[in-house]
Amino acid sequence: LTVAIRLFPRRGTMAEADATGISLVDCDAHAVVADITVLEPYLDDHWREVVATTQFAGPTDQAHPPNLATSLGDYAPVGDAAPGTTLAALRAHVLDPLDADIAILACDYAVDSVRNPDAAATLAAAANDWLVAEWLERDPRLRAAIVVPSGQPAMAAAEVSRVGTHPGFVAVHLPVRVAMPYGNRQWWPLFDAITGHDLVAHLHFGGAPGLPPTASGWPTSWLEEYADMASAFQSQLTSLVAEGTFDRYPGLRLALLEAGFAWLPAFLWRFDKSWRGLRREIPWTKRVPSAYVREHVRIGLQPVDGPPDPGQLLELIDQLGSDDLLMFATDYPHRHVPDGLAAIPSGLPVGLAERILSANARDLYQLP
Amino acid sequence: VIVDCDIHNAPLSEQALHAYLPAAWRSRRAVGGRLSPTFERQRETLGDRSYLGSEYPRATPRAARTDAWPPNGAPPAADLSFLREQLLDRYDIEYGVLTPMLGAGEQLDVESGAALASAINDWQIAEWLEPEPRLRASINVAYEDGALAAAEIHRLGHDARFVQILMLIRTAEPLGRRKYWPMYEAAVEHDLPLGVHYGGWGRGPITGTGFGSYYIEDQVGMATAFQDQLTSLVVEGVFERFPTLRVVLIEGGIAWLAALMWRLDRAWKLLRAEAPHLDRLPSEAIREHVWLTTQPMDEPTRAGDLGVLFEHLDMDDRIMFATDYPHWDFDSPERAIPKALGADRRRRILRDNAHALYRLDSGDG
Repeated sequence: LTVAIRLFPRRGTMAEADATGISLVDCDAHAVVADITVLEPYLDDHWREVVATTQFAGPTDQAHPPNLATSLGDYAPVGDAAPGTTLAALRAHVLDPLDADIAILACDYAVDSVRNPDAAATLAAAANDWLVAEWLERDPRLRAAIVVPSGQPAMAAAEVSRVGTHPGFVAVHLPVRVAMPYGNRQWWPLFDAITGHDLVAHLHFGGAPGLPPTASGWPTSWLEEYADMASAFQSQLTSLVAEGTFDRYPGLRLALLEAGFAWLPAFLWRFDKSWRGLRREIPWTKRVPSAYVREHVRIGLQPVDGPPDPGQLLELIDQLGSDDLLMFATDYPHRHVPDGLAAIPSGLPVGLAERILSANARDLYQLP
Repeated sequence: VIVDCDIHNAPLSEQALHAYLPAAWRSRRAVGGRLSPTFERQRETLGDRSYLGSEYPRATPRAARTDAWPPNGAPPAADLSFLREQLLDRYDIEYGVLTPMLGAGEQLDVESGAALASAINDWQIAEWLEPEPRLRASINVAYEDGALAAAEIHRLGHDARFVQILMLIRTAEPLGRRKYWPMYEAAVEHDLPLGVHYGGWGRGPITGTGFGSYYIEDQVGMATAFQDQLTSLVVEGVFERFPTLRVVLIEGGIAWLAALMWRLDRAWKLLRAEAPHLDRLPSEAIREHVWLTTQPMDEPTRAGDLGVLFEHLDMDDRIMFATDYPHWDFDSPERAIPKALGADRRRRILRDNAHALYRLDSGDG
């Protein structure tokens, strides 16, 4: 892990001696579909023909626009591949320098932007077959989240059932922005499949439902969308708790990725207070919302969206009220800090740092 | 001594309000049928044309305290003498700011909404401000049309008893957009704060992830509407274009703002090329231009966390007490602001900050 510390020169955390021996888990590294030609070997004859004859090139929406400062860190080229698009690049940029024990792949290929449900399902299946063949079966350090057509709950459930038995898949990738919040009971078939295969639900930054990202329409800039994504996470947690998803699925495990966490204490104070006044409306909930969140939810560390003052940042982390919530993540190849691969708050108690860097993810994903 | 920044007075009935409609809207015959009969058609034939497909059964009738119905049978907060007894006298309230929420801004027909706004404002003068010197009022506007909103502000901006402009937080477009600028321009010209209150309907799903199923999602989710709207105001550079604009966020809570400022500052450092009008940290602009009311007061579970929050916010002169009378989630002046925050901070929250913002010491009342 000494290498990891070198990668965060201005944000170095524990003394090297304290860090030695921790087997790092990165719970959010991206496997990026560069374009649809990558998936052609995994499409059937019909869809290969559609691609060849119609100019349909698969999803073009991107959770991160191509050339913004947040979209790509400074990475040395690995062959011709853009960062994140090949296993070789991932090894060179993340796995080897961090000496990571395990990385969990997120593929945010925007199949949800494709309105044709058969196309969306086919592309999701192709992405999953690509993840298995070109990533999971080539490096034992990798795990991945299943790509699903998140505009179609029943088809999404079918895809989870199709590939959910592969040992490399440990989660299901759910874009945080969807047309209908995940607590809505129309999503139950998907959560049946997720919990039936003992997978983690990954609620991830992004999503392309074609509806505005705020209650008041489309913001002008991507900067606003980036900031507003915290609202989408709050809305989804509200829905999942209030509509009883955790009561119906008591074993459900949920990870928030690329969500930030600074908003969580304030959100839970508000939600707990409202629950005390309004619980009659949702009688299936038996505990304050914060109790559900602390039991069922874990959060990827990037972006560290707390205060710049290290002392205040530790106060905020203390307000999370649990050492079990945060899990180290790089969000490779995206960038949330001006320098380095990822930020780790400085001055963490060693025990908490160990939980964040390794143990919390191992517990959540039931890793060795 | 208390200043209450959020009192939802109401008319005895819809018809009681219609008496204050501009003449052209009251009777089609009076103007020879030349003007649009839209208002009559909507209010009497169609009813309220807003919140389409966005209905939630709420906690109580009119979302009111069950004890807020006056003995004379009037709706909650519609009877001045009972409001005096239950609120102004009961808690020794020095000034109360009226924030009637009667749908003017959400009408799909903005001209009809503007007429309704004028009626609400004239009703406030005649039935509330004239008989009760402790009350101040908010100028209702049809905020989805900047020019109509500005016209109403110009009509009443000279009356010092109106201390702010009132709109709701969920709007049809983000608040940084140019369509709202004429309203901001008029607000600045009359040195009136823009009060943005809980509620409203953006004409689509009420979150960025679709419609929730329950009222508690609507209610808890309002905090995200405040976050997204403040993001728009700051990033679009509204405070740079209107350097004296003051914005009051009413009934949004306060705790979320610390996290939003951190997030925006970090995002701005990476992405400032996208916000050419914003030449300083978002948190600096927010601390200069934004006020907040307390209700529903944030209640961290651990005793010390509220004090830590206030240190993180660093906005002791910007936070103002409100009861939200007569609504069910009323905050009592006697209990809502914990003594642990300290006497100095409590005095500012309960009185001084509102005095300074609304210039309540300036006389006229």
